[in-house]
Amino acid sequence: MDRVTRLAAQKAVVVFSKSSCGMSHAVTRLLRELGVDAGVVELDEDPAGADMEGALARMLGHAGAAVPTVFIGGRLVGSTDRVMSLHLTGGLVPLLRDAGALWV
Amino acid sequence: MTLASTQFAAPVRMGAYDRPPPVGMWSHEQFKVDNGQATSASTIMESEMKYEARLEEVPQVVLDQEARNVDQEASKSPDKVLRRLAQNREAARKSRLRKKAYIQQLETSRLKLAQLEQELQRARQQSVYANGGLREPNLGFTGAIDPGAVNFEIEYSHWVDEQNRNTGELRNALLQAQTTEDELKLLVEIGLENYSRLFNIKKDAANSDVFYVMSGMWKTPTERFFLWIGGFRPSEVLKNLRPQLEPLLEHQIVSVNGLQHSSMQAEDALSQGMDKLKQTIADSLTAADPFGSPDAYMVHMANAVEQLKSLVKFVIQADHLRHTTLLEMRRILTTRQAARGLVALGDYLQRFRALSSLWTARPRDSGIS
Repeated sequence: MDRVTRLAAQKAVVVFSKSSCGMSHAVTRLLRELGVDAGVVELDEDPAGADMEGALARMLGHAGAAVPTVFIGGRLVGSTDRVMSLHLTGGLVPLLRDAGALWV
Repeated sequence: MTLASTQFAAPVRMGAYDRPPPVGMWSHEQFKVDNGQATSASTIMESEMKYEARLEEVPQVVLDQEARNVDQEASKSPDKVLRRLAQNREAARKSRLRKKAYIQQLETSRLKLAQLEQELQRARQQSVYANGGLREPNLGFTGAIDPGAVNFEIEYSHWVDEQNRNTGELRNALLQAQTTEDELKLLVEIGLENYSRLFNIKKDAANSDVFYVMSGMWKTPTERFFLWIGGFRPSEVLKNLRPQLEPLLEHQIVSVNGLQHSSMQAEDALSQGMDKLKQTIADSLTAADPFGSPDAYMVHMANAVEQLKSLVKFVIQADHLRHTTLLEMRRILTTRQAARGLVALGDYLQRFRALSSLWTARPRDSGIS
């Protein structure tokens, strides 16, 4: 949990991902497309990956996959669903701007 | 009993073997007339035997004629008479063989016909299942074997009917001046609720058989041409239907532009995620050395199976995009605009189906379709 929180605060936008996960790739691509320099933590390439995965699952609450999970400004935003909804309803870009991840 | 050249009345009962009397060679009328004379145990074999018996009898007319000939030509040697009788028997034998061969042909044809009928019935049933229409028969090869998929086809068929009904109601409501805002609002809600239901049944189908949903076999051919991850592409539909929503207020234009743009970005991201998934699976399929151990092969194949499971997530996420776009448009537009939008969308999707039907029914130059 600590490690997750610590890593999540390292950059304006942090994505917890897995190198083999197609959906993680999709979310990362979207953020890059928006001009964000997101920090990506590949859980399958990190020795503490399994622990972090468990922590993330608990934070998310629901039974879905632990990755991809997005943090903006150190705060938990959510999984793919949440990020996509936010973007379509126009809420993602302001959030990114507020966190200093984007310059208009 | 008269003998008329090769016409013999062979009474055939349609009982035990259920064989139709051979027509063409023997007069059909003869059979009708003689049916009453048929014995209860009569079969083809028996009738053939009777046929033979009659031939052996050498009908009286012929005998009389023969006798007369013999009388007339007293000098005619018994040899000639015998020879003629032998020729007669030979002709009769040949006739019997021809009859047997003909019946054999009929039997084979009958079997073939039964087989073809069965095949046709089966193909028709599968065509119904495979073409998302218990209504419109479209050309398509057999698809659904999975029970979840078959169930989905039936539900989808009902969904299409419901969508057409709702579109019609909205259209009428918009045309009538006395329709209230509340009535319109209700119809719009019903329409959106129907789309919500579609995404739910698609979710179940995707969990049951994701490749079936991805294939679009439950849609008509032209819809398949436009398919993107198991359905329509939100930004593309928005772009195409945009003119029918005019006039829009300034802030609405900004919002719709934003939605279109965001949707495009989200769609691109999902498409790239799909490409990544394909690459991951390809890597799994090429990871094991072709000359290596079967154990290593099995491990990588098992990985590939696991990776394929995430395809379900993509289908569900694509539907989530579609649904979110619809709801967001409802939020941006007024009730009346939303009603017009739903009519435009319902019409648009129905025209794809109509186009498929027209395409299937188009006149062709070559004989075989």
